Amino acid sequence: MPKPDSTEFDTYLLNGLPTKHLRGQTIAELLVEKEATGLGVAVERNQQVVKSAEHGQTRIEVGDRIEIVRLVGGG
Amino acid sequence: MGAGKLQVIMTDSTLIAADEPLVLGEFSFKSRLFLGTGKYTTYPLMRDALDISGTECVTVAVRRIPENEPAGERFLDFLDTERYTILPNTAGCFDAESAIRTSRLAREMLNTNLIKLEVLGDQKTLLPEPVDTLKATEVLVAEGFTVLVYTSDDVMQAKRLQEAGATAVMPAGAPIGSGQGILNPLNLRLIIEQATVPIIVDAGVGQSSDVAIAMELGSHGVLMNTAVAAADDPIRMARAVRNACSAGRDSFLAGRMDKRMYASASSPQSNLITS
Repeated sequence: MPKPDSTEFDTYLLNGLPTKHLRGQTIAELLVEKEATGLGVAVERNQQVVKSAEHGQTRIEVGDRIEIVRLVGGG
Repeated sequence: MGAGKLQVIMTDSTLIAADEPLVLGEFSFKSRLFLGTGKYTTYPLMRDALDISGTECVTVAVRRIPENEPAGERFLDFLDTERYTILPNTAGCFDAESAIRTSRLAREMLNTNLIKLEVLGDQKTLLPEPVDTLKATEVLVAEGFTVLVYTSDDVMQAKRLQEAGATAVMPAGAPIGSGQGILNPLNLRLIIEQATVPIIVDAGVGQSSDVAIAMELGSHGVLMNTAVAAADDPIRMARAVRNACSAGRDSFLAGRMDKRMYASASSPQSNLITS
């Protein structure tokens, strides 16, 4: 399979790091790619929470700041 | 059989039943001990310490997912979310804005309005930043959060936070993770005396006697993490603090005797064989 042309990628910030993703990728697809699904995961896009019901429809745009967080031990 | 044995005034179970549960918003707890889930050397150790502590509410933190995580044991697999009320925190936030964002993410993640709000002032002391703590409390209360707010043991700040709508105010006994105990019992008493919401001592507790002291002063609960997780034997320490928490609560409810300058004999002073 030929590699996708670089023009099909957009750059955005994922957890503070510049990252490339396929144009049109949704939050839901990103979570599957990162194996970050299920209880204890939440997503923020440009400092606004994206509710889990909206993950499937929310497409990542160029320049977006996406945060994926989870629960860890803490006091 | 002597008359003293015929009439039982109070039994252990009636005494336990006579105490009120600790109510925080829509949540109600029989145990007044809250435990953190950080710093344990292994997840099974954490699970067993939580179990023996009798706690019904545990704190967790919210963090970015790591870039490349090796497969292995997962934190949530060792935390019984059916058994414990999960209290997410905003630990590590140094301004109101990031604490508010973290709270919203926690609500989305856990479908809970409960938040342990921490807005810290600097890395070295991890002491709370009072202005942003108050700001964040006001915003989160307006958004319907049940805010349990971490503060220093400042009496007036505690008052401002309860007026701002905090469900509970959580004064530090000493800096987070310092294990120094209740450094200012007078301030804690003053905070408790003017409280219109539950006061839960959070941070600084180093051992079970510190828990007992906090509860004897009238705290409605105690939240701790490092003292258990960093003990040589966390499971035994978890048991010790469970007992100390209920012992301190009983001692507070029982009402201590007045202190006296001089001795007061416990045995009769009359009819001694030498009299």
